[in-house]
Amino acid sequence: MTRKLLILAILALITASLGGFALAQDDVVEIEYWQYNFGARVEAMNELIAQFEEANPNIKVVHNSDIPYANFRDELAASAPAGVGPDVVTLYFGWIIAFVDAGYLVPLPEEPFSEDFIRATFSPMVANSKYLGDYWAIPTAVRSLALFWNKDILADAGLDPDSPPATLDEFQEIAIATTAYDGDPSDILSITRQGFSPTMEGQIHHWFRDVLIRQFGGSSYSEDGRTVTYNSEAGCEAFSWVLDFEREYVTGSFDIMDGSTNAFINGEVALHIDGSFRVGTIRANNPELNYGVAELPVGPNGEHHTFGSYWTHGLTRRAAADPARREAAIKFLEFITTPEAGALWVSIVGELPAQLASASDEELLADPILGPFSAGLEYANATFFVDESAQRQVLLDAYDLVVLGGMDPCDALDEAAAIEQELLDEFWASRE
Amino acid sequence: MRPWHLTLARRKIVWAYIFLAIPIVFFAYIRIYPALFAFQMSLYDYNPLSAEQPYVGFENYEKLWSELGKRKSPTKAAFQNTINYVLLGVPVQLCLALAVALMLNEIRFLSTIYRILFFLPFVTSTIAIAWVFRMLYQPRFGLFNVVLQLLSLPQQPFLNSPQQALPSVLALVIWQGMGFAVIIFLAGLKQIPRTYYEAAEVDGASRWHTFRYITLPLLNPSIVYLLVLQTISFLRMFAPVVAMTEQGRGGPLDATTTVVLRVYREAFQSFNMGYASSLTVALFAMILGVTIIQLSVTSRRIN
Repeated sequence: MTRKLLILAILALITASLGGFALAQDDVVEIEYWQYNFGARVEAMNELIAQFEEANPNIKVVHNSDIPYANFRDELAASAPAGVGPDVVTLYFGWIIAFVDAGYLVPLPEEPFSEDFIRATFSPMVANSKYLGDYWAIPTAVRSLALFWNKDILADAGLDPDSPPATLDEFQEIAIATTAYDGDPSDILSITRQGFSPTMEGQIHHWFRDVLIRQFGGSSYSEDGRTVTYNSEAGCEAFSWVLDFEREYVTGSFDIMDGSTNAFINGEVALHIDGSFRVGTIRANNPELNYGVAELPVGPNGEHHTFGSYWTHGLTRRAAADPARREAAIKFLEFITTPEAGALWVSIVGELPAQLASASDEELLADPILGPFSAGLEYANATFFVDESAQRQVLLDAYDLVVLGGMDPCDALDEAAAIEQELLDEFWASRE
Repeated sequence: MRPWHLTLARRKIVWAYIFLAIPIVFFAYIRIYPALFAFQMSLYDYNPLSAEQPYVGFENYEKLWSELGKRKSPTKAAFQNTINYVLLGVPVQLCLALAVALMLNEIRFLSTIYRILFFLPFVTSTIAIAWVFRMLYQPRFGLFNVVLQLLSLPQQPFLNSPQQALPSVLALVIWQGMGFAVIIFLAGLKQIPRTYYEAAEVDGASRWHTFRYITLPLLNPSIVYLLVLQTISFLRMFAPVVAMTEQGRGGPLDATTTVVLRVYREAFQSFNMGYASSLTVALFAMILGVTIIQLSVTSRRIN
């Protein structure tokens, strides 16, 4: 009998202490933030969270950044039915539609994210990202594409290491002049140093879709974004221009070094098109690399264009379900999208602040590495993707159809356009 | 106040059942329930991110049917490739394994070492092996191309060519799974009484006749077992393709993609879990059909 009483007493004690613990925790709201694993972004966000928690001692932010890029969507998809997951999540802008359609994201609240505020303070590509009448996400930083060039290779080829190509013609000339072979120069496999590697898997499909085609006098989509128009004469010309680096001039190929990015970081390709986020990668992996950054070359029509993109933070259905967490999440969202957060971000990640105030900063524009990206923000275009991964795949396949399948570039583009048009039609059909 | 009036022996049995129940519950919940759930999901427009999953009847199956009817579609490529993997992979693997097993059965000196060498790939991680093969297949610097170059033969694109990619992936899978088939064949060969061979020798039968009329028929149980098992494993091919193709997409140009890879990409890249489930059900039907046919055709009794 006494033993039973003793056990009861101990149980009661444990329950009471647990209850007390829970009570003490009640004052602190815990929210979860998820982004995929990208070293510099994780570091920058850790810094921001530390600052945020110091300013808001009653909010604790759990930072989940362990998921590799390739699995990020899987993990989100697996977490949602389980009722767990992030309150604030960072997604690629091209994915937003899919997450909104699934009801995974909730619209940003009018306070503090009113349309007037966003239009007045954020870069145009963010301000133009309304969907179904609402803003669904807001970024800390944005990126644009620019030209990276390896100064040592240019010097080695007898060119001026400080004169990057300013036009597409010069780009082509330099790419050809800097390619080195140890055998037959018409054989991709005899390349020992690449002038330019047209890696569609990297940023080249964006360069084609949003930059080159405009410079050749065409456009990728109709005004309302519902019709694919890159299978035009201008599109064909621009596509052939890209393809010629591999087919005609043999200056490089994805098959060497698994793409242009790795090759550039290792100092084995002269010209490379990439975003400002690569600056941090180069710093981390090959700080000795002697390279420069310039605005993308102008096209035959003399126009400057670049592709803008961004990772952006949204508020989830899960956060909206609980008033305390919702309030904490909004506060956090507001904190990580201030100009100060943008300034911290650019110093660690190399992505440009999304708020105009710090993006058009004189110092930033004068920076030899970040300046060209910053200048590009003024004329950046961003495609409205309905299914980013599928739309990307279409152009990758078109390229392979020509290079591996021997198809005519114009026919390959026609085929790509037909598939992509089907995607767009399917998307818009369910929204009318 | 004893709770149970059980004998010691009965109590032992009760405990045995309790311990067995744990893996059974686990198995039912982790393997059987999700499999049944896939059938249900295939009738819904199931988006994992969404709070609501509308019922759509057989719409997903209709979509599957129309995709298969198209001139070219990723789904169609997936089914075609999967069939190719089975039709090419299973016979080649079993023939090679049988040849190796017959040879291993003959040797005595260092036989254990040889067996270990053939079995080793089977116990190694597929992903690790796939990445090694990916490097071996590399243009220019990969070992295979270096060897070709030394022999003054033309370089081959292997994984980068829509024509060569599937056989290149298949080569790895055949090689890796062969050790398992070899061990099964060896065990089967050991079961054949030596007296049959002695009798054949006395009768003056040729080696081919001995193989054709004694070894092969008596190996039938092993062959049936392997045929079923390897067919199923080739039908479910996924990991090597993901590891050996660019960004795990089953390229180039869908040349290596499989049904399971399609399921994965539809479910987790495009969030069409309902459609992905209908693919799973189709694959299940294929596996079931093939297995039943194989069992009924190949397992007739031998005397």
